[in-house]
Amino acid sequence: MFDVRVPIRDWIETAVRYLQRQFATVFDGFADVVDAIIGALLSGFQAVPPLLLMGAIVLLVLWLAGWRLALFSAIGLLLIDNIGLWTPFLNTLALVVAAQLLIVLVGLPLGILAASSDTAERIMRPVLDFMQTMPAFVYLIPAVMFFGIGLVPGVVATFVFALPPLVRLVNLGIRQVPTDLIEAADAFGSTRWQKLVKVQFPVAMPTVLAGLNQSIMLNLSMVVIASMIGARGLGTEVLRGIQRINVGQGFEAGLAVVILAIILDRLTASLGKRQQRRARE
Amino acid sequence: MTTSTAAEPSPRTHPRPDDRPSASECPADAATDASAGKRVKLAARDLSKVFGPRPERALELLAQGGTKADAQKLGAAVGVYDVSLDIHEGETFVLMGLSGSGKSTLLRLLNRLHEPTAGQVLVDGLDITRLSRRELLAVRREKFSGMVFQQFAILPHRTVLDNVAYGLEVQGVGADERRRRALEATALVGLEGWEAYYPAELSGGMQQRVGLARALAVDADILLMDEAFSALDPLIRREMQDELIELQARVNKTIVFVTHDLDEALKLGDRIAIMKDARVVQVGTAEEILTDPADEYVEAFIEGVDRASVLTAANIMQPVKETALLRDGPNTARTKMRRHGLSGMLVVDRERRVHGYVTAKSLGAQLEDPDAPRDRIDPERMEPAVVVDMHEPLQGVIGLASEASKPIGVIDERGRLRGVVVKGAILAALAQPGQTGNGGVVAGSGVAREEGAGV
Repeated sequence: MFDVRVPIRDWIETAVRYLQRQFATVFDGFADVVDAIIGALLSGFQAVPPLLLMGAIVLLVLWLAGWRLALFSAIGLLLIDNIGLWTPFLNTLALVVAAQLLIVLVGLPLGILAASSDTAERIMRPVLDFMQTMPAFVYLIPAVMFFGIGLVPGVVATFVFALPPLVRLVNLGIRQVPTDLIEAADAFGSTRWQKLVKVQFPVAMPTVLAGLNQSIMLNLSMVVIASMIGARGLGTEVLRGIQRINVGQGFEAGLAVVILAIILDRLTASLGKRQQRRARE
Repeated sequence: MTTSTAAEPSPRTHPRPDDRPSASECPADAATDASAGKRVKLAARDLSKVFGPRPERALELLAQGGTKADAQKLGAAVGVYDVSLDIHEGETFVLMGLSGSGKSTLLRLLNRLHEPTAGQVLVDGLDITRLSRRELLAVRREKFSGMVFQQFAILPHRTVLDNVAYGLEVQGVGADERRRRALEATALVGLEGWEAYYPAELSGGMQQRVGLARALAVDADILLMDEAFSALDPLIRREMQDELIELQARVNKTIVFVTHDLDEALKLGDRIAIMKDARVVQVGTAEEILTDPADEYVEAFIEGVDRASVLTAANIMQPVKETALLRDGPNTARTKMRRHGLSGMLVVDRERRVHGYVTAKSLGAQLEDPDAPRDRIDPERMEPAVVVDMHEPLQGVIGLASEASKPIGVIDERGRLRGVVVKGAILAALAQPGQTGNGGVVAGSGVAREEGAGV
């Protein structure tokens, strides 16, 4: 239709290369930090005998979510170990936990910022929409360019993809706090920080936890995708299953991901319910 | 000198810029109200609040004689316009008006929850509109006991005790003292034993007690209450009003109470300010407003409320709990009193004609006196009874009640005791519609009810 093609491709290419060149040290530093976190998590997990770690996880689940989920966790984790996926499982767990730490660390302040300023919200909204709707595979390319191959770019791609729901729901939760509670906090002479910590955030907590839950689920959905850029773990096993058309192998690894997803999902959901139950009963 | 109308029978209405009171020009005067002899705790000076873009233009328009509706065309909502008030230390000051009249906005200007567009707010003579954020926080903590809200506004994730302690917590009061004071305040509102419960486990009335306790725990001088009892059902509401009156006698705060309910205003308010269309149209005691309404609006409000001249003793009397009979011995009479928790009783004969009044104390004296009769109440020790004809207008009863310390017997044409009037009942009757032949008292005005029905 037109002779001139809009050179989006070139713009992005140029921008990424520019960033890569100019901020190399920043990216390297960031990569080192993330690498250190994952390394610490992984060596921590691996230092503990599998049964002991399983026991610890089951106890945590029992305390937070009750005996049903604890029983499910025990059986699921034993099964994972039994089919020889314990080490990939730990890799995946480290990836998921590290990414989620980053998401919470960045997502909470961003959500609070969005809630406290209409301008900030107006700026953030389209960016968040973009981040969440852009197909996840696309993030892999710049992630590799900036951070190379391995777990770090996996964490970064996961972070970008799974951050939006948390920011969104923190913003929503805080904005939904009833006006008279805010007025009460102000009338008693609360500082902004006191108002946030003692009133807004606790009242918004159920919504915040729903956001946390959603972002964890998106986080898990990136596990397999991230394995394409060398993030070792259960995703790698699935990928191998695909490459060898080995349906059994792929299914086993997929099942392990499902078990992890169910545990994390029910666990965070029960946190929200606990909070509400305390306030209601 | 000041805007108070407590001593001015003819209240001022819409202050215009050219007849502004001189109080703001001679600040030395602001702290004391010479005419009433009371200290001014909280004052508004030419206070205005306009919501929306370009509020200054809306104010200009109003100053040139424009109306609220004119300002609305500019996209501005006038909440409060040019209000000047003096609120005295220790009084219960009621802001009354229909919804949208600006009363809640005015209340929120007093502690700067809303930022005034123009004018001053003086707390103990200090203009808080000029304070920085940090200074304002200090004033809110030291001078105000927070605020009590219509929908309670207590925190769902905190227990009763932790809610009550909120104000102290933000002030940084230590954990032990905080707990002690919160327990005290919880007991003060009658919530002992409920400290560990969560708000959702409490009824509306109890939740509002938590709101009240939270304010009382802070123990600062000024208490702001925004339609505090409007969300409660009528019985609980009356109970809370009574308790507030009782509490106020003990704690003696300066209370600013917002309501749309005239009955509530008359019952609680030492003075009442009536608001209409963002302005204060009249300030005065209940009596002043009833006898000399400033304009038709106020008149419509209070139409038929002057119950004192309509009601009679029979309308407000209560059933007699117990009487002493002439032939009762002192022990019998004393037992009757104990069983009903009375400190004195009217003495009647078999025809229920009143012969006198006897107190537990005099009965005790009689029992200790070896020469006194044992088979009947000693006529020497009886006090004369205060009685009133059941057709006596309320005004006459009020006169008697203010002198007498004991209940007043109400008798019929044949002198028989039909009921008693206790002091509290008079006030209640003045503030309660519906019990009387003149049933339409407030409903007749058609205004106050509209909003009440929606609650």
